[in-house]
Amino acid sequence: MDIKDLVLQTLKENFTDSIIEITDFRNDLSITVKQEKLFELAKFLKENENLLFEMCKDVTAIDWATRKNRFTVVYHLYSFKLNFNLRLKSNLETEPYQIQSVTPIWQSANWYERETYDMYGIEFINHPDLRRMYMPEGFEYHPLRKDFPVLGIPESLPLPQKPE
Amino acid sequence: MGLEAKLTQDGFITTTIDAIVAWARKSSVWPMPMGISCCAIEMIAAADPKYDIARFGSEVMRFTPRQCDLMIVAGTVTYKMAQVVRRIYDQMPDPKWVIAMGACTSSGGMYRSYNVVQGIDQFLPVDVYTAGCPPRPENLLNALMTIQEKISKTRARDFQDIIPQKLELINK
Ligand code: SF4
Repeated sequence: MDIKDLVLQTLKENFTDSIIEITDFRNDLSITVKQEKLFELAKFLKENENLLFEMCKDVTAIDWATRKNRFTVVYHLYSFKLNFNLRLKSNLETEPYQIQSVTPIWQSANWYERETYDMYGIEFINHPDLRRMYMPEGFEYHPLRKDFPVLGIPESLPLPQKPE
Repeated sequence: MGLEAKLTQDGFITTTIDAIVAWARKSSVWPMPMGISCCAIEMIAAADPKYDIARFGSEVMRFTPRQCDLMIVAGTVTYKMAQVVRRIYDQMPDPKWVIAMGACTSSGGMYRSYNVVQGIDQFLPVDVYTAGCPPRPENLLNALMTIQEKISKTRARDFQDIIPQKLELINK
């Protein structure tokens, strides 16, 4: 059986209701999952003996600005056993933008989620240490949101006083 | 030549303390290599045998601010890094000079963006700006020579008002 079919079939057997959309563009399989089911499905992907998606390569987000579901959180997974890449997506529907953290499943997601929180302001529930990654602590905005001006907000980042 | 000839002839020279101090200072400007990004590579190149910053007495790149006279800020300064740059500058002993090397430090360069300081002169007193992205080592050497020229014109009385200020700071 084709690896893609194996993945899809295993998922469909267990999570028919949770999957919203499946796209396959140039062998790039991408699955959109309901927000509340994401954690469960991710755990399954890692622990199922036929799949073993043991590596979380990236967590990021997309800001669609004007769409109804403003943010999409994206996870890139990899299985050594199958030598296969999989993309998981989840739309965040309402404010506050929150989703279950996958750090308990993949430790590598820790800093990725912190980065996503810093840049998009998406809150990861149960994250062990959700602090900003790049911007100074105390900064109030999330720079990769589409409504953030490129040049920033004046006076929002402190500078030392120029000496005489 | 020069000094040796004078000394062997008469055994003494006449000059002012100011001139000789300035001469000593300008011939041993020790840089603090604040190499924050790509410009640092050209700063390193300026120290190699081809460009040889040692010709100007500045080969002693010190990674401790306590032993430096000149800060070469080579690279993009973000708001987060600005605090660090400034703290290191404050730790350097007086008198001190600053070269803003490259487009980024002088004006933000191509990073017209929320996280990059649009010119380090917003929080540091800059003596020489160097154009280029990155500036060639010759350009940095030229900046150094400009600084030397500036130093050779300093006189002790230029620091007269600074010294009480600094003493006050230290006593605080
Ligand atoms: S001026 Fe150019 S070379 Fe220098 S730090 Fe900026 S981008 Fe890099």
